[in-house]
Amino acid sequence: MLSVSRLNAFYGRAHILHDVSLEAASGEVLVLLGRNGAGKSTTMKSIIGIVRPGAGSSVTFAGAEMAGRPPHEIARAGLGYVPEERRIFTDLTVMENLEVGRQAPREGLAPWTPERLFAIFPNLGRMRDRPGGRMSGGEQQMLTIARTLMGNPRLILLDEPSEGLAPVIVEEMANAIRQLKQEGLAVVLSEQNLHFAARVADRAVIIEKGTVRWQGTLATLEDEPEVKAQYLSV
Amino acid sequence: MDFVLIQFLTGLSNASALFLIASGLTVIFGVTRIVNFAHGSFYMLGAYLAWTIVRAFWDWGGREPYLFVLGVLAAAVVVGLIGVAMEMTLLRRIYRAPELFQLLATFGVVLMIQDATLAIWGPEDLPLPRPPWLRAFIDIAGSRFPRYDLILAIIGPVVLALLWLLFHRTRFGILVRAATQDREMVAALGVDQKKLFSGVFFLGSALAGLGGALVLPSQSANLQMDLSIIAEAFVVVVVGGMGSVTGAFLASLLIAEVQAFGIVLLPKITLVLVFLVMAAVLMVRPYGLLGKPQAHARAASGAVEPTLRPAPNILGLAGLAALLIAASAPFWAGAYAITVLIELAVFVLFAASLHLMMGPGGVVSFGHAAYFGLGAYGAALGLRYLALPMEAGLVAAPLFAGFFGVVFGVFVVRLSGVYLAMLTLAFAQIVWAATFQWVDVTGGDNGILGVWPSAWAADKSVYLWLALALCIGGTLLLRRFVFSPFGYGLRAARDSELRAEAIGLDTARLRLAAFAIAAAAAGLAGGVYAYAKGSVFPTYISIPKSVDALLMVLLGGVQTVTGPIVGAIAYHGLFVGILQATAYWRAALGLAIVVLVLAFPQGIAGFARDRWERARGLEAA
Amino acid sequence: MSAPVLEAVSLEKRFGGVHAVAGVSFRVAAGEMLALIGPNGAGKSTCFNLVNGQLRADGGEVRLGGQSLAGLRPRAIWRLGVGRTFQITATFASMTVRENVQMALISHRRMLWSFLARATDQFRAEAEALLAQVGMAEQAGRPCGVLAYGDLKRLELAIALANDPKLLLMDEPTAGMAPKERTALMDLTRGIVRARGLACLFTEHDMDVVFGQADRIIVMNRGRLIAEGTADQVRNDPAVREVYLGSGATSGGH
Repeated sequence: MLSVSRLNAFYGRAHILHDVSLEAASGEVLVLLGRNGAGKSTTMKSIIGIVRPGAGSSVTFAGAEMAGRPPHEIARAGLGYVPEERRIFTDLTVMENLEVGRQAPREGLAPWTPERLFAIFPNLGRMRDRPGGRMSGGEQQMLTIARTLMGNPRLILLDEPSEGLAPVIVEEMANAIRQLKQEGLAVVLSEQNLHFAARVADRAVIIEKGTVRWQGTLATLEDEPEVKAQYLSV
Repeated sequence: MDFVLIQFLTGLSNASALFLIASGLTVIFGVTRIVNFAHGSFYMLGAYLAWTIVRAFWDWGGREPYLFVLGVLAAAVVVGLIGVAMEMTLLRRIYRAPELFQLLATFGVVLMIQDATLAIWGPEDLPLPRPPWLRAFIDIAGSRFPRYDLILAIIGPVVLALLWLLFHRTRFGILVRAATQDREMVAALGVDQKKLFSGVFFLGSALAGLGGALVLPSQSANLQMDLSIIAEAFVVVVVGGMGSVTGAFLASLLIAEVQAFGIVLLPKITLVLVFLVMAAVLMVRPYGLLGKPQAHARAASGAVEPTLRPAPNILGLAGLAALLIAASAPFWAGAYAITVLIELAVFVLFAASLHLMMGPGGVVSFGHAAYFGLGAYGAALGLRYLALPMEAGLVAAPLFAGFFGVVFGVFVVRLSGVYLAMLTLAFAQIVWAATFQWVDVTGGDNGILGVWPSAWAADKSVYLWLALALCIGGTLLLRRFVFSPFGYGLRAARDSELRAEAIGLDTARLRLAAFAIAAAAAGLAGGVYAYAKGSVFPTYISIPKSVDALLMVLLGGVQTVTGPIVGAIAYHGLFVGILQATAYWRAALGLAIVVLVLAFPQGIAGFARDRWERARGLEAA
Repeated sequence: MSAPVLEAVSLEKRFGGVHAVAGVSFRVAAGEMLALIGPNGAGKSTCFNLVNGQLRADGGEVRLGGQSLAGLRPRAIWRLGVGRTFQITATFASMTVRENVQMALISHRRMLWSFLARATDQFRAEAEALLAQVGMAEQAGRPCGVLAYGDLKRLELAIALANDPKLLLMDEPTAGMAPKERTALMDLTRGIVRARGLACLFTEHDMDVVFGQADRIIVMNRGRLIAEGTADQVRNDPAVREVYLGSGATSGGH
């Protein structure tokens, strides 16, 4: 479904990503692992087009080339993005936040409505008219995912969904991700928390210094302590 | 009592026009983060276009009221389209540039529209002929009140209600509000930013055009409308809270009423009064009536101030060579060249003083000309009332300017970003208004004449040397400050206020000190300038003069210490060149500003430094 | 136990209708690492900001070495000997690593208001000694803006130590770091805290760090302290398990 090949990215003069290649199939949960600053967030931002991929990079999604297109076109093609810092619209109510995310229904997928989302995130349903700024961190994290789902994506990019959340909320988050997988969505998430990754993901890609160092299933990763030690400092 | 009611109604009708303009400005700022200087020009264009369109309609179908309404709306739509054209051709390229660059680019547009208007409609004021129904009065409490003004008074609240519905009940409005907070995120959710921004520009510009068209019957279309309204519109937007439409409404009511009553009760200080109200509001509510602290506009990926390195030796040698050439000018150049060189020395110091605040201080002053002018007036007033000789006058100039730097700075350093820039502009307008209106003391428009150097410095050559010694000496001293513990503290406060306070730095005091030093240095430049010209005028404090300083700093590059020096020389060269070459110098200058902003977003010195460091493989921050 | 370095007594803070901190008291002794944990929105950050002066308490008092900090601004509190690191690193990006530390030393030695000296010549050796303590000596000349995240954290620690503090406040010191880096940073911190006899108060979401490094742990929920004790006591406290730790995960969402 998503195929990234030879992805390069730059911030000014700094070369951040070096020929990153990875693939995600529909219904799969893929996790990008790596240290802070390894390039996980930049990979996601380059896929969604917020960071412009360098020449020669290719990001194909559902058969179409995305590299070089503006973010809104990529999002409309069915790629949802949930940023690390949540970035909900604090002045807008829950319902208005969802409205911003709303896009046309997608063929072959049951369209998301606020009601369907509230079934997965019951907390949100109880605070429809509350401004985003008056929600707790965990509630905001749920809202940012729900908002992206309103665009009816086929694949959703989640940047560090467990960061800064209390252990109980992290469990809720893991459940939500598993539920999305059941809905048939592909999920690509970035994580530093291996425990969390192991609970939700099928496959892992390890990134370090902007380069892919290792790929494989999480079960295989369990048996490779050297890999974990070298790239994940576990 | 009748008088109160009538003045109140007059205030209401003025408030409507002000609200239309300010709401457009605040909506555009909210979404695009661009402070659109050209907004006043759109207002002016609205008036001129309405003058042409309404008259054409009337020629065709008689002077019917409905044709007036149609003409006004048509003018608004045309202005809206002009706004979209500006957004698409210019602003779209610089959305990621620092906000100051955007401001300057829009100021370039102001200059171009001024000359275009002059070329199309000529220099005369253009009043709209008023058929009887436009001149009708109605009786209110025994007084006659223009019916048209009453209609205007109602338009403001109606537009406010319509805007509220637009922003809360339509998808476009919700997207606009979302984009006001985080436009990158809105794009990542599948919303086409370009369309959204163009839509917002259409809406905002059309509101300004509507405002201009609506005031046409009671005023007349003239070439001063743009800059006179923009300062007021800024005040309204800042007092109301940037980005808040309801705030703009309340603020326009407040400001218009203050003006309506002020003109009767305190006619001598009407201009000052508006800005005093603004200062008072900002003291109590630093972010305006309904504003919120600005979540610092999300820095687009990786915009970090570079580390400062001392200039390479070769640069020092080049500077020394330039100084020697300038100092030896009396032996090989004519009188005109010497005059230009004196001005150049003055502007180098003027630009360097602004740079201390803008660069290391991170404080963008939009009214730096105030301190230049205060220095000049300090010297001139000293001569007029205390008979101070030049030597004492040149001491008085920086002290006078520095004193006001402290007084204004106390308010300024509490704010940040656009609020701060607007407040500095407001203070500059106060000073300008005082010199302009307080005729008994300052001579008003006629200025103060006869400010000549002492006998020993009367010769142009000697004065050049004096100017070089004071201005270049002052500039070098400012440079030294940048590398001192004080200068580092200033940069620390700019880089991370949180960390600076956490290591015991009093960031407000640091900024205040920088503000006062910069004001004093600008004052010295102004003093030297006054004696060079022999006179002082309110124009020394005008908005274009402040923009001159900004252009010099930005042209040179705000991130380098050498920047302002290079910028002052380049800008003054450009200015002298264009001024002599063309009648439409405003348009040419405006175009030059726009091209420079597009081509050299880091400034000349920043560009050169980037090349230098790349060539040597130095690690950039 | 020796007299506490930091003592918080019945702290109160309200935001509008929300009782963010309700009667919270705790002490930190010299050489002790005290962790403050709890769910998001429990009042940890508010509590933290009451101690460092960023916020003013509506009631109660914070004392440093017996002296009340009431009404003091953060910079005044710093002068009394409180060093801080931030959840999101706050350093001076336009300066080199060494200059960052020099800046703190310049402020500490009250050299700030000198206009003619060269800042880069001040306290150079001392800055380098501090950087060596946190293992950053060889990066002293690099622009701070290009540092890796873990190194920024260590730089922050060096800056926090520049005023020779009695108390170290660390807000989520390991947020955003890899497991091994976390342990390394906290081992380093612990060593310095012991060696210098500092008191250290930190908030943290990573339970490995909390249980592994803290001498004592206090747990907040809805503005109140709900538990206090050693790692084992807190880990087995049913109330803490319910509101915070969850069904048995020992390692949280960091």
